[in-house]
Amino acid sequence: MSVFVDAVSWACLIAGGVFCVIGAVGLIRMPEFFTRIHAAGVTDTLGAGLILLGLMLQAGFTLVAVKLAMIGVLILFTSPTATHALAKAGLARGLKPLLAEDRSKPSNP
Amino acid sequence: MYTLSSILVLFVFWLLLSGNFTAFLIAAGAGSAIGVVLLARRMEVVDHEGHPIHLSWRLVTYWPWLFKEIAKSAWGVTKIILNPRLPISPTLVRVPTSQKSTVGVVTYANCITLTPGTISVEVKEGEILVHALTRESADGLLEGEMDRRVTRFEGRR
Repeated sequence: MSVFVDAVSWACLIAGGVFCVIGAVGLIRMPEFFTRIHAAGVTDTLGAGLILLGLMLQAGFTLVAVKLAMIGVLILFTSPTATHALAKAGLARGLKPLLAEDRSKPSNP
Repeated sequence: MYTLSSILVLFVFWLLLSGNFTAFLIAAGAGSAIGVVLLARRMEVVDHEGHPIHLSWRLVTYWPWLFKEIAKSAWGVTKIILNPRLPISPTLVRVPTSQKSTVGVVTYANCITLTPGTISVEVKEGEILVHALTRESADGLLEGEMDRRVTRFEGRR
């Protein structure tokens, strides 16, 4: 493997790890339930995405890379679904989001 | 048409996951693909909703744009998290949708949730209730660029 590809791959892996940690820090720093989900989103998307990309570059043009891409697509479809279910469950059980501004009222029947 | 393409997609999926190209395994893969699609047909889920193959070629332009948006908004949320003052202004907002099919609305809702900083909480007829981390991200959604993109991706039926 060329040194260049290896370097890019490691840059992706390290950046992905850093974004995972940032997501975790956000999870702790945010004040309540709904805002914490937003912080976790960073880990879901950029963190996981960059790590997968880095691993794909390590694998090169092989079946392993294809499988990693499949994991990426799986995350792309499942993580918003899980996030939505979590947020909706919170709201349905009467958890009031801490809001700076509520623009949900006008068209509420 | 949906039956044939489902069988093909499942068979290719099998081949890529197995990586062994012996006659027995290929035959077993073809057999399972056909079996699964027959079962799915009995359940009546092989249609434009369960297997939206007509959308696949538009992914070529949609996904790169989606990845760009995800990276942009994830970077925005990262800056907020690392800012010592934690400048958040959580906002609940109703975003109108212009998609015609259920697949289109689901794509739009997923797209909103995928970009960090906005979560679709509830989907109703013609609108989505969105929880945004900042006022700016709520305003960004209301500008409607994402809505137009997804509607174009959905296409005319």
